[in-house]
Amino acid sequence: MDADTSDLQRLADDAIDLIQQRGAAQAQGSAVEANVRATRTRLGVTRFANSFVHQHVGEDTTALELLVAVDGRTASTATTRTTPEALREAVDAVLDAARQQPPDPHWPGATPPASIPDEVRFDGATAEGDPATRAEHVRAFVNAGEGLDAAGYVDTDASWTAFASTAGQRAAGASTRATVDGIHQTPTSAGSAHQTSSRLADLDGAAAGDRAAQRARDAAEFTDLDPGTLEVVLGPEAVATLLTFFAVYGFNAKMHLEGASFVELGAAQLDPAITILDDPEDPRAIGLPFDAEGSPRRPVTLVEQGVSRALAHDRRTAHRAGATTTGGAVPGGESLGAVPLNVRLLPGQRTPEEMVASVERGLLVTELNYVRVLEPKAQRATGLTRNGTFLIEDGEVTGAVSNLRFTESFLDALAPGRVLGVGADDRLADGEFGPGMVTCPSLHLAGFTFTGGARG
Amino acid sequence: MFEHAARAVEAALAAGATYADARVVIGRSEHLDAQDGELQSARTNVDAGVGVRALVGSSWGFAATSDLDADAAAARVGAEATATAKASARVPGAGLALADVPVVEDSYETPHHESPFAVPLEEKVAVVTQATATMSAVPGVAVSTAQLMFWDIEKWFVSSQGHRIHQHLVESGCGMDATAVGEHETQRRSHPQSFGHVETAGYEMVREHDLPGNAQRVAEEAVQLLSADPCPAGEMDLILESSQLALQIHESVGHAVELDRILGWEAAFAGTSFLDLSQLGSLRYGSELMSITADATIPRALSTFGYDDEGTPAQRVDIVRDGLWVGVLSGRDSAHLAGLEPGGMVRGDGFNRMPMVRMTNVGLEPGEGSLEEIVADTKHGVEMRTNRSWSIDDKRLNFQFGCELGWEIRDGKRTRMVRNPTYTGLTPQFWASLDRLAGRDEWKPWGVPNCGKGQPMQVGHTGHPASPARFRGVRIGVSG
Repeated sequence: MDADTSDLQRLADDAIDLIQQRGAAQAQGSAVEANVRATRTRLGVTRFANSFVHQHVGEDTTALELLVAVDGRTASTATTRTTPEALREAVDAVLDAARQQPPDPHWPGATPPASIPDEVRFDGATAEGDPATRAEHVRAFVNAGEGLDAAGYVDTDASWTAFASTAGQRAAGASTRATVDGIHQTPTSAGSAHQTSSRLADLDGAAAGDRAAQRARDAAEFTDLDPGTLEVVLGPEAVATLLTFFAVYGFNAKMHLEGASFVELGAAQLDPAITILDDPEDPRAIGLPFDAEGSPRRPVTLVEQGVSRALAHDRRTAHRAGATTTGGAVPGGESLGAVPLNVRLLPGQRTPEEMVASVERGLLVTELNYVRVLEPKAQRATGLTRNGTFLIEDGEVTGAVSNLRFTESFLDALAPGRVLGVGADDRLADGEFGPGMVTCPSLHLAGFTFTGGARG
Repeated sequence: MFEHAARAVEAALAAGATYADARVVIGRSEHLDAQDGELQSARTNVDAGVGVRALVGSSWGFAATSDLDADAAAARVGAEATATAKASARVPGAGLALADVPVVEDSYETPHHESPFAVPLEEKVAVVTQATATMSAVPGVAVSTAQLMFWDIEKWFVSSQGHRIHQHLVESGCGMDATAVGEHETQRRSHPQSFGHVETAGYEMVREHDLPGNAQRVAEEAVQLLSADPCPAGEMDLILESSQLALQIHESVGHAVELDRILGWEAAFAGTSFLDLSQLGSLRYGSELMSITADATIPRALSTFGYDDEGTPAQRVDIVRDGLWVGVLSGRDSAHLAGLEPGGMVRGDGFNRMPMVRMTNVGLEPGEGSLEEIVADTKHGVEMRTNRSWSIDDKRLNFQFGCELGWEIRDGKRTRMVRNPTYTGLTPQFWASLDRLAGRDEWKPWGVPNCGKGQPMQVGHTGHPASPARFRGVRIGVSG
């Protein structure tokens, strides 16, 4: 399978032509603008539980998204029906809907021409998504934990996208992602492991299974810990969840425009050890070199040595703020805002073992689970630890503890002076909200507030 | 469309499946979002295609395509579903079988008065722009949003056992919120509940919930919250209004009694359950006031339908009776494995997602009296309204909820508004502390339109009837 998008580009171009023709025919003299995105998704997921494959799914979907503006009045539609007849119906309906709207004060106009970086993160074998190959990875994961109970998934996700606008922008690209994400369980514990890459061949199911099995066995005997504030070493998955909250509620320019973001540009809000990028140029990054509005994805320094430097913008927020888009547009961005899509926390020099060795008493946390924001401006959230929580005493892991609930401001947790170490172990980490968005290392934090045990 | 689905089923069987079913789904939706008096987006969506499920040995194979126009496409995905299931044999388990259900040819349509898609767009836009304009005019409101959302879904289901079922489901929803921003925090109030409320109904539900008529109150409460006292902390009585109780039911009962979770099928992502099937019929889930049913036949409730996506008729199932755990949410495969009757609770999110166990209308049967009577009967506690955050562990045991607004109650009276109210607890202990439950007059079938489960992620629409209730000695005011 190759990265050819010519059929989708034809579909997008045809849609633009039709919008212009029908728009002119229905109301002469009206200014008709449009952004069109044609996508094809080929997704395969091999799920396993109780140590066997129980759900094995594949999907092949083509869809078209049309955003039109008639004299600055906007409406959008998306459809999986892409025949010429269905396209005509969709175009007529969305033009009619746009005419009935009040003027859109934040409409920035159709996306203008801009060159797109020539980066292809597409792997044909991954796009093919052979079920048997995924199942082999599952088998390796399961077999690595003899006597344990395995669950998780291996997936392959390929997308082809073509964009066209009435202002003359055209962009096309394809990307792939593959992930192994699973747990091994003893009767009393679970341990997890994750790997994500743009190539299925990069995954090592056996290594992931071995890691998960080791964590599960290490956690099989545990004690309950009293609530309180403890020093922590957060593994990359836990850090990825924190960074996702920063991205969605903090560096989202729409949240900032509405006063709901914590970000104060130019202020030293985080520890000097923290530098966060939106980095589509990282060779490990997943995704296309352009966003949902067809704008090029630009690298942005969001936080530089603790100082908040920039926000993620789409064209709509940039128009409101008098800024330039960073290529942070996502589908539904009119409501959700703009989001950094390739969040990257720059690594430090320390190994996780070195960070653990410097903890007198604290916790090693593998993952955070069911994290929900209590107050977005303060980045205060609650959630639980999961799949391996270990007590550190005098620089050594001395045993496992049962899962704990935390209630913490992530802003406070990473405030100046609170980051005691940044790991060198950065990788694509699967935060709670899905794989492929965050690249980060482990972090050693001075304090994290645990407000209860999962068992009481 | 039956023929299209039948072609897919035939191809799956020809490729070696022992059972197969197919759903052709044409789903249409419309979302209108306004902010601060302006229309923010007007979106429509057409999601159409066919999904095929094939059973081979211990695994389901599922394949879907958006191509409904080529005859060959249906046959191709049918064969692919079986081939995918066969590939699972590399990591096999015990063979899967299906519990028996009636084989029917039937049709069903959501009862509704006014198709939301027939209402003029201009009228719908006016509802959300007027509501947000009213909220934004209140001094101190930084952001106001309002939403209308509508779904019109047609499904044609065919199974290799002979089912042929057509369903036309109509759902309508609305919601709005005002956010006031202080120096260090934000406060929000919503109506009718946070994230919107959805019913199986027509546009009549939008008129009944009157967004513009509630906008002033909602905005004023958001501003008042900024200067309200913090929620007191400690163990005391907790009164929940019905939409928050609906979410409490969703998280600490609905998910916990999903049979696929109990069997470990969702262990890696959504999690498992603190419940063990050996306890079914003997475990005390809560106080004797607690009777929970899963009822897919309640008029206007969000998970009301004719048949689930396996062709099992909609039904009412006892889950907790007088505090005792007596039932689960199940499908044909999980029920057969557990030796139980299938509950008709398997649904998929669109044509391209494999159906899985989903909550129907999992709700608490009403008690007696009213919220005001419960307040008057409370010496010291906090009444909490409208969900703001929710979190629960992977066994559905330890939860923490935050609400938008609280009222401290002393000696039977609401004495002061409090902000950032939260409470936490453990599921069986919490439900054991239920001691007052308001009656049917205040019982409302709340709809939750954003329940995530499965991989790839599926968003489910679930219903949760509830009336206000009181819980004794709950840990309130959790802070970090």
